[in-house]
Amino acid sequence: MNIELFFQYLVAGVTYGTIYAIVAIGFNIIYNTTGIINFAQGEFVMLGGMTAVTLHAFLPLPIAILSAVMITMVIGALIEITFIRWLISPSVLRMIIITIGISILVREIALHIWGAGVKALPYFSGTAVSAISIGDVHISPQVLWVIGVSAVMVICLNLFFTYTLPGRQMRACSANRDAARLCGINAKNMVTLSFVLSAGIGALAGCVVSPITYVQYDGGTALAIKGFTVAILGGLGNSMAAVAAGLLLGILESFSIWVMPTAYKDVISISILLLILFVRPSGLFGSKEAAQLKEF
Amino acid sequence: MARNRHLQAFLLIAAVAAVQLATMISDTQHYLTQLTMSGYYSLVIIGLCLLIGYAGQISLGHAGFFAIGGYTSAFLTTYDLTPVSDKAFIAFLSRTGMLVSTADLYGGQVLHLHPWAACLIAILLAIIVAYAIGGPVLKLKGHYLAMATLGFGTIVYKVVLGTEQFGAADGISEVPEFALLPGIAVSGKLSMRIMNYYIAWGLVILGVVLLSNLVHSRVGRALRSIHGAEDAANAMGVNTGRYKLNMFVISAVFAAIGGVFLTHYNGGIGPSEASIMKSVRYVAIVAIGGMANLWGALVMGFVLNFLSLRGYFGSYDDAVFGAILIIIMLFTPEGLLRRDLFSDIRSLFGSGKDLEEKV
Amino acid sequence: MAILAVRDLNKRFGGLQAVKDVSFTVTAGSIKALIGPNGAGKTTLFNLISGVLSPDSGDIFFGDMQIEGMKPFQIAEKGMSRTFQHIRLFPNMTAIENIMIGRHTHSRAGFIAGMFSLPWTWKEESRIRSRSREILDFLGISGLADSESTSLAYGQQRIVELGRALACEPKLLLLDEPAAGLNIKETAEMANLITKVKNLGITVLIVEHDMSLVMNISDEVIVLSYGQKIADDVPLAIQKNTEVIRVYLGEEEC
Repeated sequence: MNIELFFQYLVAGVTYGTIYAIVAIGFNIIYNTTGIINFAQGEFVMLGGMTAVTLHAFLPLPIAILSAVMITMVIGALIEITFIRWLISPSVLRMIIITIGISILVREIALHIWGAGVKALPYFSGTAVSAISIGDVHISPQVLWVIGVSAVMVICLNLFFTYTLPGRQMRACSANRDAARLCGINAKNMVTLSFVLSAGIGALAGCVVSPITYVQYDGGTALAIKGFTVAILGGLGNSMAAVAAGLLLGILESFSIWVMPTAYKDVISISILLLILFVRPSGLFGSKEAAQLKEF
Repeated sequence: MARNRHLQAFLLIAAVAAVQLATMISDTQHYLTQLTMSGYYSLVIIGLCLLIGYAGQISLGHAGFFAIGGYTSAFLTTYDLTPVSDKAFIAFLSRTGMLVSTADLYGGQVLHLHPWAACLIAILLAIIVAYAIGGPVLKLKGHYLAMATLGFGTIVYKVVLGTEQFGAADGISEVPEFALLPGIAVSGKLSMRIMNYYIAWGLVILGVVLLSNLVHSRVGRALRSIHGAEDAANAMGVNTGRYKLNMFVISAVFAAIGGVFLTHYNGGIGPSEASIMKSVRYVAIVAIGGMANLWGALVMGFVLNFLSLRGYFGSYDDAVFGAILIIIMLFTPEGLLRRDLFSDIRSLFGSGKDLEEKV
Repeated sequence: MAILAVRDLNKRFGGLQAVKDVSFTVTAGSIKALIGPNGAGKTTLFNLISGVLSPDSGDIFFGDMQIEGMKPFQIAEKGMSRTFQHIRLFPNMTAIENIMIGRHTHSRAGFIAGMFSLPWTWKEESRIRSRSREILDFLGISGLADSESTSLAYGQQRIVELGRALACEPKLLLLDEPAAGLNIKETAEMANLITKVKNLGITVLIVEHDMSLVMNISDEVIVLSYGQKIADDVPLAIQKNTEVIRVYLGEEEC
C-alpha cells in the first residue's frame, strides 16, 4: 500500500463524508421538529450549487454564494408553507410520498432551467491543480474550505440551538410539541424554520463542495440516501454523532475503490444502510430503547 | 360476490378486445405497440397495488424486480455458450433441449439458453431475492421501510449500470423473441403486433383475476386486517410477518414477469428500467388509482403508461408523475378512484332518501 | 385444573420494574379478574401472557404448553384470544368481516388456494361466514353485521371485538377492560355476555376497573400493586383484605 495514495483516499473520504454529515444534519433538524424524513433533502444541496453557479456569472463569488444560500432558504420555506404546513396530522406514508414528489418536481424544474450537464463553481482559492503539501501528502485547498465551512456550520448550529430563543424553542418542539405549544411557542413556525435551516446548510454545503464534486440536476437522490444512511448510523436526530458517522461512511466508501470497481461505490454505502437498518436500526451511537420510542 | 367478479373479468376481456378493434377501425394500429408495453407495466402495478393498498407496505424498489426479471432473461438468452459447449453441464442442458442455436449476423453459430428456461430462472431469481430482502426489510416500518426499499432499488440500478456484462449504460440488446408455443411468440415483429397485444393483455387479465380472487379470499381479508391494525391481526392468529413477506414476493414475481416479457417484446432492456424514477412512477400510479383499488390501479396504469409511452408528456414525463404524487397525497390521500366512488355516483343519481341516509 | 399457570414472571422497562415475581393460576372454566391501581402492571401482564411482550424471566404455561416468548399469532393458534383496552377493530371492514378474521386460525386457505379460488375454499368461506353469523346472533348484534366497524357506537364496537375474540373458539379469553367507556346499562349487558361466555365453557381472564362488574362476575380476583401480586382470593375475601383497601384508598384512611 502506497502511503501517498492512502492519504489521497483518506482526504477524498473526509471531503465526501463531511458533505454526507451536513445532509444528515439537515435530515435531523427537520426530523426533530416534525418527525418527518424529508426525502427532498439532497435537492437543497443541488439547488444551492446550481444557483450559485448561475449567480457567479455576474456576481463576485462570496456574494453569489450568499445569495444562493438565501434563495435556497426561501425555497425551503416555500416548500414547507405550500405542501406541509396545512396538513393536519398526516400519516407517515403520506408524508414520505409527498416529499418524494417534491424531490422529483425540484429535480425536473432544475433540469429545465440548467439542463442535464454538470456545473461547478471555481476553486475558492488557487486552482484545480494547486495543493498544500505536508510532506508527501498534497491536499487541495478546496478540501480545507469544505472541512472548515462545515465545521463552522456545525458549531454555529450548536450555538443556535443552545443559546438563542428560536433555537431553544425548536428543541422544545422536538422534545414535546404539545407542551411547547401550551407554552406559547408557535410550533408551525418552528417547522418552517427547520426547513429554512436545513435548506440553508444544504445549499452552503452544495456551494463549497461543487468545485470538487460538481453539481448536476439529479445529484440529490444519491446524496439523500447517503445522508440518510449517515443519519441512521449516528442514531436519527443526533447531529453530533452524524458528523462522526459521515466521516466513517465517506472514508469507507473512498477505500472501497481498492477492492471494487468505482461503479459500485454507491452499492457499498447503500449496502451499509441496509445492513444497519436490518441489524441495528438505532444506529451505532444511538440507544436501542430510545429508537423504540420513536414512532415509525 | 363471485358472480360480480366474473362480470368484471368479462368486462375487462371485452374492453381489451374493443380497444384492439378500435385501433383497427380508426387505422391507428401503430398504437398497439404502446398498448402492449403498457400492459406489461400494468402487471407490475397490479402486484404493487396489492402490496401497498391491501398489505399496507410501501416499496420504492419495484423497478429493481422488473429489472431482475428483464436483465436475467436478456442476459441468459443472449450470452453465447459456444466456447463452453464441451462442458458436461452445458452438454446436459443441450440434450434436455434447453439450449437453442442460432446464426449471428456474420453467419457464425451462437448457442444460448431457451427463453422458457431463462424466464423460469429469472422468476426464480426474483423470488429468491424477494425472500432474502423482504424478510428483514418488512420488519421495518414507515421511513425505514421506504428508505430500505429505495436502497434496494438503487443497488440494482447501480449494479446493472456498472457491470460490463449487462452492457453498462447501453443495456442488453438483440434479445431474441420468446416462443411461448409453436406459432405464438413474444416478439416486436410488425407481423405479430396484434398477437402480442393479446399476449400482454391476456397476461394482465390472468393477473387481475388471480389477484382479485386473492383479495376476496381469506388471505385478502387477513392482509386488510394487517393494514388496519397489525397488532390485533397478529393477536387473532394471523402470521403477519409471513403474510407481508408472501405478498411482497408475489408482487415481485408480477414485476419480474412484466420485465421478462417486455424485454423479449422490445428486444432489449436498458438501465433506465431499473431507475428509482420508474419505481416512484409505479407507486404514483397505485396512489392515483386509489391504493386499495385493483381496478383503479389497472385503469390508471394503462392510461398513464400509454400516454407516457406515446410521448404526450414530452420532456415533463417525470415531472408529471411527481406532480401526480403530490397532488393526490395532498388532496385525496385515499386516491382519485376511491373504492366508494361508485356509491358516491349512485347516490348522486339516487333518490333523496338515499342522500338523507348518507347525511 | 389450571388452564393457565404463571410462575415468577418479571418484566422491566429501563428503570421501571413493571411486573415483579408474579405467580398465579387460572382454573379452567372460571372467570378470574385482575385488578389494581393505574400503573400496577395489569396491561403489561396481559401483554406478556398474550405474547406481545416477552418476559425477562419466569414461565407461562397454557394447558401443558410453555408459551412465554412465543409470538402472539402462535399463542392465538394454541387457543388463547384477547381484546384490547383501546378498541382495535379493523377499520374499512364490516362487523362481520372483523369477526371472520377471528375464524382465521380455524381455516386454512393460503395464497395459492386463494389466487386460484379453488372450489374447497368456497365451502370454507361459507363456513366461516355462517359461523360468524352464529356469533353475531349469540351476542345479539346480528343487525350490525354489514355496518362498517368504525361507524358503530362505542359499546357496539366493544361487543364486536368480543365477538372477534370468541370466533377463535378460545379455551382462554383475555379481556382488557371490556367495560371501559361503557355506561351503566352497557356495562350490565357486558357482564351478562361475559357470564354467557363462561357458560360456554370458556375460561376468562379479565382486567377491569369497574369494581361492581368484577365482584359480580368473577370467581377469583388477583390484586396487583406496583408490579407485585398482593392478593389472590375469592371476591368476598378481597373486599375485606386490609392490604387491598390500603392500596386502593391510601394509608391514612386505615
